[in-house]
Amino acid sequence: MTFFLYSLDIALKGETGLIEVSHLTKRYGGHTAVSDLSFTIEKGRIYGFLGPNGAGKSTTMNILTGCLGATEGEVRIDGHDIFEEPMAAKRKIGYLPELPPLYTEMTTEEYLRFVLQAKGVRRSEWESQLRSVMEKTKLFDVRGRLIGSLSKGYRQRVGIAQALLGNPEVIILDEPTVGLDPAQIIEIREMIRALGRDHTVVLSSHILSEVQAVCDHIMIIAHGKLVASDTAENLTNLLSGGMTVELEAKGSESEVRAVLDGLDGVAGAAYAPGEDGTTRVTLTPAEGVDPREAIFKRFAMSDVPLIELRKDKATLEDVFLELTQSEPDLAQKEAKEA
Amino acid sequence: MTAIFRREVASYFKGMLGYLIAAFVLVFAGIYTMAYNLSGVYANFEYTLSAIAFIYLIAVPILSMRSLAEERRQKTDQLLYALPIRLSDVVLGKYLAMLVVLAVPTLIMALYPLILSQFGTVSFATAYRALFAFFLLGACLLSVGLFISSVTENQVAAAVITLVAVLLLYFMSGLSDFVSTEAPASLLALCLLVLLFAVVLWLLSKNPLVALLTAAAGVGALLACYGADSAAFEGLFGKIMVQLSVFDRFYTFVDGVFDLTAVVYYLSMIAVFLFLSVQSLEKRRWSE
Repeated sequence: MTFFLYSLDIALKGETGLIEVSHLTKRYGGHTAVSDLSFTIEKGRIYGFLGPNGAGKSTTMNILTGCLGATEGEVRIDGHDIFEEPMAAKRKIGYLPELPPLYTEMTTEEYLRFVLQAKGVRRSEWESQLRSVMEKTKLFDVRGRLIGSLSKGYRQRVGIAQALLGNPEVIILDEPTVGLDPAQIIEIREMIRALGRDHTVVLSSHILSEVQAVCDHIMIIAHGKLVASDTAENLTNLLSGGMTVELEAKGSESEVRAVLDGLDGVAGAAYAPGEDGTTRVTLTPAEGVDPREAIFKRFAMSDVPLIELRKDKATLEDVFLELTQSEPDLAQKEAKEA
Repeated sequence: MTAIFRREVASYFKGMLGYLIAAFVLVFAGIYTMAYNLSGVYANFEYTLSAIAFIYLIAVPILSMRSLAEERRQKTDQLLYALPIRLSDVVLGKYLAMLVVLAVPTLIMALYPLILSQFGTVSFATAYRALFAFFLLGACLLSVGLFISSVTENQVAAAVITLVAVLLLYFMSGLSDFVSTEAPASLLALCLLVLLFAVVLWLLSKNPLVALLTAAAGVGALLACYGADSAAFEGLFGKIMVQLSVFDRFYTFVDGVFDLTAVVYYLSMIAVFLFLSVQSLEKRRWSE
């Protein structure tokens, strides 16, 4: 019986995520910063919040960490409601806000000791935690220096160190690389990747390549709504099966149309006149079909010379732009309807 | 709470502020002790304390302006919100740290009656009661300053508003003498007070309806009371002001009376303003 309950417990826990957000809404006066956001964050992965500036990334993160109240909705951290049981929930989170919250008149070590005490870490663990965190964030050299005199890169690292203290399960980083130079950015990214081995990491960024480079799972937010949530690969496949075929042939549009007419596995085609009497065609293949071979054979049999044939994979950039830019019209429509 | 308290105390005494406040209080305490007790040959240290009560006009705004307003400006309040600590612990830790800073010059001043006793007979009981009340007065004003610091955006604004508030409290009973003791004048002054309170409420809550209802209810109640018994309003405003005056309570101690109601009054004031500070931090989290 005990065993049964135990396994049931495991089964139940396995189903629920580490962070569960349901129907989260935040309004400031008349402005809606976050609107009906729901997602689940599972253990042991690196999540990236991606969205243009002002999309509601920081607001969401502030609500997740208990820095901000929500107008509606619920946030559970490992089963603890952030508004009902803030203490238990906050102990599971390490948070680095957009601006590292540092007391400039303290030294690095004093500051970290203050955070250790404030997080209620047992005194016997102070030294070992301090050592391991300073090792992870490479802060040993500046442990005795005033935070006010540190460079931006070091300050960011002190901010990350602060989040790591107390060994929380989730580390939430708001724009961790903003304002750093390229070398520092690479360093911080590597650090985040290393953190992903022991913690669940959630970071936000408006830089696509960064999220793509670091995160296992990407959530795209635009205008306070979650517009996509998937792995980087799946997201790139999201758009038109992720692939189009571009071709250019020497001939008029009607000649090219005649060649391509009745080709199997093509969902759509767009024709445009090219230079020197050529015609450019963008084909959207049906899912899982690569029609290039068939296209080649058809042109070879006809008298129309095929000049160019290539496969275009939609980049994450395209997905990002399409998802984040189509939204304002939608939002405006909604506003008009309301 | 301990973490916040220790950090605050360390920051007061690692910087200049802690020493500055202590020096400031002690300079005035020294000059007035010199003039009253040593040159004027009075054995009553409490007179000196009563004369230097005005230093709180400067010391309190300077000591309290930074506490919460600076956290907001530096965005370190984000850390306090995200840490697994209660906001009441944050406020309490900060408040106790300010009390420590105030306690330093107070403890040094506790030596003065002993020194004075070398030259004559000093009533230790009245002197130390007055010193105790002097500290309570400061503690009470600091809680007001802490609250003002919690609602303002930067420390300069906090300092100026605290200065005005302490100034009003300092002159409150004196100013109330200018209000005629006739019943209609009392009514008018009390109505104005209610309206002022409503305006403050409106500014803080940004909810005009609540403020309007409060004003209407307050003025209505006053008019009803006036209609029922207008004689009771004679000199009422002055009496209320004296009852509320933070400084007047201290002067009772200077006269040699240990006034328990004053102690209760100070402690309740402190509790109310600390509670308001916590609410102000909490509210900021929900509306910002």
